[in-house]
Amino acid sequence: MKIKITFWRVVFAVIMVLGLYSSYIRYFHGLGAATHMTDQFPWGFWIGFDCLCGVMLAAGGFCMVGAVYLFNVESLHSVVRPAVLTAFLGYLLFIVGLLFDLGRPWFIWHQLIYMNPHSVMFEVGMCVMTYTTVLFFEFLPNVLERFKLHQPIKWIKRIYPVLIVLGILLSTLHQSSLGSLYLIMPSKLHPFWYSPALPFFFFGSAVAVGLAMTIFESTQSSKAFGRQLELSVLVRLGGALLVALWVNALLRLEDYFHRDMLRQIIKPSYEAYFLWLELTLTFVIPITLLSFKKVRLSPQGLYLASVISLLGFVTNRLNIAVIGFETYVGHHFVPKWSEFSITLMICAMGFFLFAVAVKYLPIFATDHEAVKPEAEQIKATVLGVPALVENAGD
Amino acid sequence: MSKGLLYDATMCIGCKQCEAACAEQNKLPYNDGIAAEAVQSEHKYTVVLTKEDKFMRRLCMHCKQPACASACPVGAFHKTAAGPVVYDVWKCIGCRYCMVACPFNQPKYEWQSLNPRVRKCVMCPDRIAAGKQTACAEACPTGATKFGDRDDLIQEAQERIRQNPDKYFNYIYGLNEVGGTSVLLLSSVPVEQFGYPKPQKIGDVPMPEYTGRVMERIPDFVPVWTLVLGGIYWVSHRRDEVAAAEAEEKKNGSAR
Repeated sequence: MKIKITFWRVVFAVIMVLGLYSSYIRYFHGLGAATHMTDQFPWGFWIGFDCLCGVMLAAGGFCMVGAVYLFNVESLHSVVRPAVLTAFLGYLLFIVGLLFDLGRPWFIWHQLIYMNPHSVMFEVGMCVMTYTTVLFFEFLPNVLERFKLHQPIKWIKRIYPVLIVLGILLSTLHQSSLGSLYLIMPSKLHPFWYSPALPFFFFGSAVAVGLAMTIFESTQSSKAFGRQLELSVLVRLGGALLVALWVNALLRLEDYFHRDMLRQIIKPSYEAYFLWLELTLTFVIPITLLSFKKVRLSPQGLYLASVISLLGFVTNRLNIAVIGFETYVGHHFVPKWSEFSITLMICAMGFFLFAVAVKYLPIFATDHEAVKPEAEQIKATVLGVPALVENAGD
Repeated sequence: MSKGLLYDATMCIGCKQCEAACAEQNKLPYNDGIAAEAVQSEHKYTVVLTKEDKFMRRLCMHCKQPACASACPVGAFHKTAAGPVVYDVWKCIGCRYCMVACPFNQPKYEWQSLNPRVRKCVMCPDRIAAGKQTACAEACPTGATKFGDRDDLIQEAQERIRQNPDKYFNYIYGLNEVGGTSVLLLSSVPVEQFGYPKPQKIGDVPMPEYTGRVMERIPDFVPVWTLVLGGIYWVSHRRDEVAAAEAEEKKNGSAR
C-alpha cells in the first residue's frame, strides 16, 4: 500500500514526532522538565486547555442526544452520531491529557477506592469516568452495525432511555463542577472570573459550545468528506445557538452587576484586556452576526459565528485557568513548547480518529441509501434509535 | 486537645535552628546554600524570612478545616484530632488540586521527580503522638516557636499583647483566618508584609465551605434532575406513541 504525501499528512507527522519527543521528556524527565509549572503555578496550560476546554468542546454529545432523544426533535437526527463520536473521542482524549498532567497517572484508579465525597475533583472524576462509559455504549451501535451484529444492538436499544437520562445527568453534574473546582480559591482567582455562579456559567457555556461545536464539526466534515450539508439542520442549530449565547451573556452581565464589578470591567487593566477579548469573541461578534437573518441562513455565516464563539469560550477557560491567577502569583505563565506540543498531539489524534471513524463506521446517516423510506419507521419507534440501527436489520 | 504552634516574631533572632531541625526531622538535606534559600520548596518545609531587623517564619498553618483535605479527590490529606494536617503519599495521584486550593500556598511539589510527592510541614505527627513537641519548637533557643494546646496558646498570645501593647501589632494571625488555624502568629508588623495573605482577603470562612455549598446540593439534585429528565423523555415520546396509535386507528377505520 502506498501512502500519498499531502500537506496535512506532513503536518500530522511533524506534530506526532514532536509530541512523542515531548512525551518522552514528560515521562522520563518529569513534569518540571516538560512544563513551566512551578509551586506558584501548579496548574498550567494543560488544565486550562486539555481539561477545561476538552470537556467543554465535547459537550455536543449530550446536547444533541438531549435534543433528539430527550426532547424528540427529529429534524436534528443526522447530527447525533457525529456529535456522540466527537464527545466520545473528546472524553477519551481528555483522559489521555490527564495521564500527562497527573503527577502519578499510574494511580489514577485510586479515585475508585480512596473516595473523598467532599472533593469537587472526585465528583468530576467519577462523572467523567461514568459518562465516558455511557458514551461508549451510545457509540457502540456504530461499531456493531459495521460488523452486522444485530442482537447486541437490540440490547443496547433496550437500555437506551437509561443511557440518555444518565448521560445528561452526568454531563450536567461534571460540566458545572468543572466551574465549582475554582470556588475553593476565592482569594486567588481574579474577581473578573471568580464568581459564586461559576458552576452555572460552566454549564451554560457547555450548552452553547455543544451547539456551536455541532455546527462546526458538521460543516467541517461536510467539507472534508464531501458530504451533503443539511442547511435546515444548521439553521435550527444556529437559532438555538443565538438563544444560548444571549442567555449566557445575560447571566454574565447580571453576575457583574450583582457583584458591583461593572465599573471595574470597563477600566483598562491587564485582566480587562483578556476579559474584553473573551467577551467580544464569545458574545459580541457571534450575537451580532447571528442577529442578521442572512447570516443565520447561510452555512458560511453560521460556521463563522460558531467558530468565533468557540474561540471565545476557549479564551474564557484559559482566562480562568491561567490569566486569572497571574496577578495573584505576581508573574506571567508562559507554557513551555513541550506543553503545546503534547496538546497539539492530542488534538491531532482526535482529528485522526474522527476521520478514521467516519471512514469505516456508519457515522453520517447520508451514507445510507435507504434512509428516506425509513423515515416513517423512525417516527413510529418509541426509542427513536438512529435510522441506521433499523436499517441494519434489513 | 488539639495541639498548635505559636510563633512570636518579636522573640525570633533569625538563627534558623528551626529550619535545620525541620530538615533533620524530615530527612531533608540542609546546608548553608539551602539555609540561604528564602523560599519554601519540596526540600524546605519551613523558612525564616528576614526583612531588615525583623523575622517571620512560614510553614503550613494546619487549618482547622483544611482546603487541601477537602479538595483532594482521594483523601490523601486529613486533619488529625491532635492538630496536624497530614499527607498519605500512597493515595496521591498527583492532581495538585491541594496546591491550587491552599490559601497559604503551602503544599509544594517534587517537579523533577518521576514519582512526585506533595511536600509540606506535617507538624511532626509522630513526635506529637509520642508526647514530644515538634522539632522546630524543641530547637528554638528563644521560645519564639512555642508548642502547646491551641487554646492555651491563644490565651498566652492575648496575654503577651496585653502586657506589651506597644511591642505587638494587635492581631493574632490564625485565630480566625479561614475558620482558624493550628499555627498562630504574633508580630510587631502585619504578617502580610512577609507574604502571608491579608486577613480580609482570605476571610474567616473555612475554604471547604465555598465548594461545600455546591457539593451538599448534589444528593438532592441527582434524584430531582433524573425525574425531570425522565419526565421530559416520557412526555416527548408519549406524544409520538399516541400519534402513532391514532394514525393506526384511523388507518384501520378508513379501511373498514
